[in-house]
Amino acid sequence: MVLVRTKVLPGDLLHDSYQGQPPPHTYKLGNKLFSLKVGLVEIEGKEVKLIPLAGPYIPRVNDFVIGKIIDFDAFSWDVDINSIYTAHLPAQDVFGRDFSPQTHSLTSQFKVGDILAAKIVSYDRTKDPVLTVRDHGLGKIINGEPVKLSPSKIPRLIGKKGSMAKIIESKTKTKLIIGQNGIIIVQGPSEGIVLAAKAIRLIEEKAHVPSLTNMINDLLTKESG
Amino acid sequence: MGKLIDENGIRLDGRRWDEIRPITIEIGVIKNADGSAYIEFGKNKIIAAVYGPREAHPKHLALPDKAIVRCRYHMAPFSTEERKSPQPSRREIEISLVLRRAMESAIFLEEYPRSIIDVFVEVLQSDGGSRCASITAVSAALADSGISMRDLVVGCAVGKIDGQIVLDLSDYEDKEGEGDMPVAYMPNLDKIVLLQFDGIFSEEEFKKAIDLAILGNKKVYEILKKALIEKYFSMVDEK
Repeated sequence: MVLVRTKVLPGDLLHDSYQGQPPPHTYKLGNKLFSLKVGLVEIEGKEVKLIPLAGPYIPRVNDFVIGKIIDFDAFSWDVDINSIYTAHLPAQDVFGRDFSPQTHSLTSQFKVGDILAAKIVSYDRTKDPVLTVRDHGLGKIINGEPVKLSPSKIPRLIGKKGSMAKIIESKTKTKLIIGQNGIIIVQGPSEGIVLAAKAIRLIEEKAHVPSLTNMINDLLTKESG
Repeated sequence: MGKLIDENGIRLDGRRWDEIRPITIEIGVIKNADGSAYIEFGKNKIIAAVYGPREAHPKHLALPDKAIVRCRYHMAPFSTEERKSPQPSRREIEISLVLRRAMESAIFLEEYPRSIIDVFVEVLQSDGGSRCASITAVSAALADSGISMRDLVVGCAVGKIDGQIVLDLSDYEDKEGEGDMPVAYMPNLDKIVLLQFDGIFSEEEFKKAIDLAILGNKKVYEILKKALIEKYFSMVDEK
């Protein structure tokens, strides 16, 4: 059975004798495989892949995310990462192992309302995600405009090997910092930011049109030229 | 013949015994909700909105292994012929409960532990069978929000008027008739998730009513499916 990008709704039968663990966004009842989401499905023999068109952001370890500090206590910051769960950034991660609440002030590094780029170091069903900013390209983001996109559409914004993001960056003379959680920070001249935001909005609307890259190219060439 | 069905088998609003009222469904009507839908089911006009899954507040409500669903069914004061007090009535509290239970069996709650899914249903204009219409709207809103669901849920009532089992009672038929049985159904899994009953049916009549309700539900399902496909896939076909 070969199906290329077929529309599915929750409860649609995808496979009537599926062996093994169900792939993401599907579930098994006996040997039958059903869809859990509105999406597009690709079936090739044993391989079933479902691309959802909507859905909340579920954290995954090693994801690059963009968050906002919403609170802090003596030992950690709480970060809103546009997900079901609030993430925590431990103070030790920022101040090092000799961190002590008496000598270090958390607000000297991050204040409530600060935007930061971070990576998820741990997450599972029982615990809230824990972040780190100790890596290249992570930490506080000082300038730029945040733009939201559905988390399920982020792969489309990035494109094959980053092609779509590269087109937007070069045509609008901006830099995109793309968080897996659906927050994008656009940095650069203000005309470029407006244009890039327009392109991102078009991706939100037409995320699964096969010729999207060309559409974005046309839009940006027309608007900037 | 009786007063609700004429000699040609036509009901007061011109339908036959196995016909449902006209239904229109619109998806994504509330910008700030994670998922929303608007349904017109006969004269019913209902908006459903879904928020979440989000962190449960107060925290003690949260369950460690799955999400909880909170549901509020509410009728606007102007939704009935006589003004209705905006305070939740016994009936509204009951419908909130049965909607929640029906949706809990469809939502894949295990995927969102420690969280809460808020469902709000507001009836702007009421007619018979508003709980069935609400269930259909909630299911559309949940699909719109991208929350994992085992199947879409649709609702449609059956009832007895003038001694005959008919599909999808209107408000007047509900009040004047001899019985009303709302049924919510998951079409792909062939499972009933809500069944209430008010009136007297014989065993034969009950069996016939269930079959008819499933038939009606499948008709509603086709309409819901069409609405979702229109919302999500109209752009895919443009090419």
